[in-house]
Amino acid sequence: MSAGDFDHPDVVLVPHGPMLLRGAESVQDTDGTVHRVERPVVALCRCEKSSRMPWCDGTHKVIPRGAPRT
Amino acid sequence: MRLPKPRGVLSEWLVARLAEPGLTSVAPAPDSWDDESIALWTLHELSFRGFEDADDRAEWDPGLLAVRHDLEEALEDRLRSRWSEAGGGAAPGAADVPGALEALVAEDDGPSLADHVRRHADRDQVLELLRQRSVYHLKESDPSAFVVPRLPVRAKAALMALQFDEYGDGDPNRLHSHLFARGLEAVGLRAEYGAYVDDAVTENLEMNNAGSLLGLHRRLRGAAMGHLAAFEMTSSLPSRKMVQGLDRLGLTGPMSHYYDEHVEADAVHEHLAARDICGTLAEDEPDQAADLLFGAFTCLDAEARFATAMLGAWGVGG
Repeated sequence: MSAGDFDHPDVVLVPHGPMLLRGAESVQDTDGTVHRVERPVVALCRCEKSSRMPWCDGTHKVIPRGAPRT
Repeated sequence: MRLPKPRGVLSEWLVARLAEPGLTSVAPAPDSWDDESIALWTLHELSFRGFEDADDRAEWDPGLLAVRHDLEEALEDRLRSRWSEAGGGAAPGAADVPGALEALVAEDDGPSLADHVRRHADRDQVLELLRQRSVYHLKESDPSAFVVPRLPVRAKAALMALQFDEYGDGDPNRLHSHLFARGLEAVGLRAEYGAYVDDAVTENLEMNNAGSLLGLHRRLRGAAMGHLAAFEMTSSLPSRKMVQGLDRLGLTGPMSHYYDEHVEADAVHEHLAARDICGTLAEDEPDQAADLLFGAFTCLDAEARFATAMLGAWGVGG
């Protein structure tokens, strides 16, 4: 293995899943409420069905996958 | 913690030997699955926190290591044959590992204890489940911690990110096993490490032994990380159901908080585990790909067997 640099993005979009966000201190939700971030990586809901917005709660796994957005 | 109660001739021999290191008699063969399971659980525990009434040097006692070796071999053979009976064994390409893990989890049709807790369980059943769960949750994430030095760079960094969160991000009050201990106290149960090992059903001991076996052997690092991934990938939604069930029974407070914490934490961890740990491990060490899936299957299968046993004991169809 080379000893070069690895990709280590701050934002990762998980296919059919949440947005992983690394190193953030706070996140503002769609209502304008600002949430303090307490863990090194957080998962932000992208399916808009989470019961605890703005965080992912895994609900996307039990809703049918719609046609890909264009 | 004190040595557990023996459950057969081997565990009786083992407990006597641990309490009195001078004994030189030869270990008898286990006389039941229960006996075998508590014996291996006890031997593994020597590598975690140990026992106040056992000699700490027993962990590396050659005579005891030989017994542990035989028990581990029997357990691994059993786990691997369950995996091959379920059609497992083929190694996916490295790039397909996260998807293969997802498919394995999606196909899992084992009974759900969290579903039962959410809708039907009575208070006694929930307390019984929490006593059983305490065998693992009071040492939560510890088996995976043994794997850290055995991984290549990317998988190691990702496992540490996950473990750091499991261990409270540096805050002892948020360490997951500590949150569970506080939850146990709040619902009137004992919170000290190992408090309910004597109550653990055999399926629960075997589930714990499987996790420890994979964590303690460098050879099984791939299986250990697959096991971790399946655990995290099946935690977020069931944890939410546990919260709903605990709240339904009025068991709000710290125990509910413990499961609540896992809804969000494991929604992150499952991706770290499947992609950044298992995916990169398979890329860097392709010979681990098959074992990544074996470990994941073992986690799901052991939980299904445990759930079937508990629901059966309660007279609830799985």
